[in-house]
Amino acid sequence: MTRRVPWAAMARMAGRRALFAVPVLLAVTFGVFAVAAASPFDPVKAYAGTAGLTASQDNLDQLRANLGVDQPLVSRWWHWLGSAVTGDLGDSSVMRQPVADVIAERIGWSALLAGAAFAVAIVLGTALGVLAARRQGGWLDRSVTSAAYTLEAAPAFWLGLLAIWFFALKLGVLPAGGLTDTASDTVTFGQVASHLVLPALVLGVSQLPWFFLYVRQGVADALDEDPVRGARARGLNERTVLLGHALRSGMLPMLTLIGSRVPELITGALLVESVFSWPGIAAATVQAATSVDFPLLAALTVLATAAVLLGNLLSDLLYGLADPRVGFDG
Amino acid sequence: MTARSLRGMAAATLAGALAITAAACSNPGATGAGSAAQDSAVVGIAYEPETLSPLLGYGKDGNSKIFDGLLAFDDDLRLKPALAVALPEVSADGLTYTYTLRKGVTFSDGKPFTAKDVVFTYRTILDKKTNNASKTELDALEDVKAVGDDTVVFTLKYPYAPFAQRTVLAIAPEHIAAGQDVNSGPFTTRPIGTGPYVLTDWSKGEKISFKANPHYWGGAPQVKKFTMAIIKDDDVRATRLRSGDLDGAILPPNLAKGFTNDKAKKTYAAKTYDYRLVTLPTHNRVAGDTAVRRALDIAVDRQAMVDKILEGAGKPAYGPVPTGSEWFTKGTERPHDLAKAKKILDDAGWKPGPDGIRVKDGVRAAFPLWYLSGDKLRQDHALAYASDAKKAGIEIKTQAGTWEVIEPRMKHDAVLAGGGSPGDPDFDQYLLLKSSLGGDGFNNMAWYDNPAVDKALDDGRTTDDKTARKAAYDTVQRELVKNPGYTFLTHIDHLYVVSDKWSGLSTQVEPHDHGLASGPWWNVEDWIPKDAKK
Repeated sequence: MTRRVPWAAMARMAGRRALFAVPVLLAVTFGVFAVAAASPFDPVKAYAGTAGLTASQDNLDQLRANLGVDQPLVSRWWHWLGSAVTGDLGDSSVMRQPVADVIAERIGWSALLAGAAFAVAIVLGTALGVLAARRQGGWLDRSVTSAAYTLEAAPAFWLGLLAIWFFALKLGVLPAGGLTDTASDTVTFGQVASHLVLPALVLGVSQLPWFFLYVRQGVADALDEDPVRGARARGLNERTVLLGHALRSGMLPMLTLIGSRVPELITGALLVESVFSWPGIAAATVQAATSVDFPLLAALTVLATAAVLLGNLLSDLLYGLADPRVGFDG
Repeated sequence: MTARSLRGMAAATLAGALAITAAACSNPGATGAGSAAQDSAVVGIAYEPETLSPLLGYGKDGNSKIFDGLLAFDDDLRLKPALAVALPEVSADGLTYTYTLRKGVTFSDGKPFTAKDVVFTYRTILDKKTNNASKTELDALEDVKAVGDDTVVFTLKYPYAPFAQRTVLAIAPEHIAAGQDVNSGPFTTRPIGTGPYVLTDWSKGEKISFKANPHYWGGAPQVKKFTMAIIKDDDVRATRLRSGDLDGAILPPNLAKGFTNDKAKKTYAAKTYDYRLVTLPTHNRVAGDTAVRRALDIAVDRQAMVDKILEGAGKPAYGPVPTGSEWFTKGTERPHDLAKAKKILDDAGWKPGPDGIRVKDGVRAAFPLWYLSGDKLRQDHALAYASDAKKAGIEIKTQAGTWEVIEPRMKHDAVLAGGGSPGDPDFDQYLLLKSSLGGDGFNNMAWYDNPAVDKALDDGRTTDDKTARKAAYDTVQRELVKNPGYTFLTHIDHLYVVSDKWSGLSTQVEPHDHGLASGPWWNVEDWIPKDAKK
C-alpha cells in the first residue's frame, strides 16, 4: 500500500514554479511602483505630517530630493530592484526604519495571527462540515449552511467592529485591540493569548464558510459513493465510515482550497490587523500604501505575492501526493 | 497509502509554521519591564508623533518627556532655563546668543551631556541630508559653536527676536546618534535623552510607554510609569476612559460633557491659539474684493459658532491672536452686524440679483469653500459660515475633500483651515500673512498681499524692543480689520478629562497641533500622586 514519496518530481515542480515566480514578481513590483506613483497621495506630505503644513517650499523640495521621489518612475523602480537583489531593501520613510527591520519586527505577529486564524477555519470548518454532511437537511446543516452564506458576504472589518462592540464594549470580557494591555509593556504569554482571541476568531470565521462548504459537499458526495456503501455493507461502524472513508476522500478538494485561500487570508489580515491595532505587517502595509512609502510597499507586496505563490505550490504538491493521477507536471 | 503521508505532511507543515511563529515573537520595540500600578498613569491621545528623534523634528516645541531643550516653557509659556543654567545672553545687534550649560547632566545611558551634543543637534537639523520638515523654523540660524564644554554660541543670519523660544528644541546625544543614519537609524525609534522619562516601548499606532528616569537632573518624577495610548476614534477613547483602561484623555466637547457628573474625574479646558478661519484668496474675483472681505468679516456670527458648534468651549476669533493674549490689540473686536455688511456691499456696487445673490460688473458673488472631509468641526464651521454669508447675499458652496484635492485649488478657492501657535506672534503671523510666502506650501494660503502688513511683520521679528514689537503686531491686527484676507472664526479650547488621582495638574496655552506634548500631562514629571487609599 505504501508508495514512495516522489521527491524528485516534487522538487522539479517547485523549481519550475520558482523560475516562473521571477517574471511574476518583477511585474508585480513594477505594478506597485506604477500604481503608487499614479495615486493622488504625496509621499513628501505624508512624510512631513503636520510639520509639512508650515514648512517652506524649499524645505519640502529638499525632502522630495532626499526621499528620492523626484526621480521618474522607471529609474526609481530600477534603483530599488538593484539594491533589493543585493539584499538591501531600503529605508521605510513612514516608519523611519530600514525596511528589513520593520518586517523582522512584525512578521512573527502576522504569522501567529494568520496561523491561528487558518487553524480555526480549518478545524471548525472540517468539524462542522462533517457533522452537517452526516445529516443533510437537519437543523445543524440548515442553520450552519445559511450562516456560512451570510458570512461569505460579510466583510472582515465589519465582523471585527461587530466583535469589538459585543465582546469588548458590551460584555467587557476581551480586550478591544493591541498586543498587550495598555498599561503593561512586557509581552507575556497570557496577555498575547487573550489579545489574540478576537482578531484570530474574526479572521478565522471570515475564512470558515469556504472550508465548511467544501468539506460538507465533499463528504456528502463521498457518502453516496461505492467505497462508503461497501464499508457500510461490511458492517464497519458509522464513525469509521465517516472519518475513515467519507472524510478522507471528501478532504481532497479542500487541499486546493488551502492554496487559493491564501490571498483572501492576506487581504482579510490587512483589515483585521488595522481594526484590532495588531502590530503585524498587514497593518504596516496599509500605512505604507496611504503614505506612498515605495520601499516598504514594494517589499511587502513581494512578500504577499510570494506567500500566494507558495500557497499554490503547497496545495498542488499536496494534491499530487493525495491523488497520484494528477502528478507534478504543473 | 496517501492518507498517512498526507497527515504526516500536514503535521510537518503545521509544526513548521508554529516554529517560525514562536521564533519570531518579540514585540516591536519592546525592551523594559513594567513597574507597580499605583504610581502609573495611562492617557489616551489622538495623534502619535511621526518620529521620536529630535533630529527629525520631535520635541521641537518642548515637553518631549525623553529629552530636554536648552530652555523650556513654564505653564504661562514664559521661558525658563533647562539644559542651560540661565536665559541666553544676547548681543546688542541681536545676532549672537550665548548659553551657559548645566553641569553634571547625563543622558539616560550614563554618558555626560556637553556642548558638543548641542552643536551636533542643531548642525544635523540644518544639514540638507536630514529629512526634517520643521527646518524652516531655524531659518534665522547661521551657525552654532561650542566654546569649551559648557558654553554654546549661536550666530544668526538676521536679528530674529523670538529666537530664544526656538531653543526649547530637544537635544540629542552625539555619541549615539552621530554614528548612524539620521533618517532611519535605530535612534529614531529607540531614542536616548536627558529628559525626565525613558522610553520603554513604542508600539506604533498603539501606544508609547515611558518609565521615570531615576537620575533626572530635575529630580526623579513621582509618576514612575507613564503610557500614552494612541486612539484615533473619539468614541473609543471615551469608552476606554469610562471603563478605567485610561486615566485621562483628550475629548471633543460633546463627549467631555458626559463626564461632568463623574466625581472621580476632572475636566481641564486648555486655552489655545488654535483658530479656525476661512481663506479669502486674493486671486478669486469675489473673495479677493476688499468690500466682500469686510462684509463677510462682520456678517459672520462668531458667538453663535462658539455656543452651537463648540458648546461654549472656545472664543470668537478676530485675528490670529486670541482675545485673552497680551499681544491682542484691544478694539479690533468686530460685532456681528448684518445690516452694516449689506451696506458695505451696496456701497461697493454689489447689487442683489434676481435670485438674491449679489452681482457686480457681471460677476456673481459666489465662490466655493473647501473643508477637510471627515473633520466634523471644520464642516460645521463651513456650513455656518456659508449660511451667514447667504444672508448678506453671498453664495458660498461648501465642498469636502482631502488635502490632495484641496491643495491645487487653494490659489482660487476658499478653504476652511486651522492653525495657530502660541508663544511669539511671529511664529504663525509671518507664515500666514507675508506676501512673499503666498502659495509656499501651506503658508499664506490666501496669497494675502498687504505692504503695510509685510513691513510690520519684518519690524516685529527684527527688533528686540517689546514696545516696538507690540506696535508692529498692533499694526498687523488693525490692517486685518481694514482688509481681512482671512475671516477668523473661533479659537477652540482643548478639553481633557483626567482621573482625580494626582495633584499639580495644569494646562499650558496650546497650539493648533496638539500631539503628545499638550494636555495636562505636559508636565507629568511634576505630578504628585494624591494619597492613594485603594
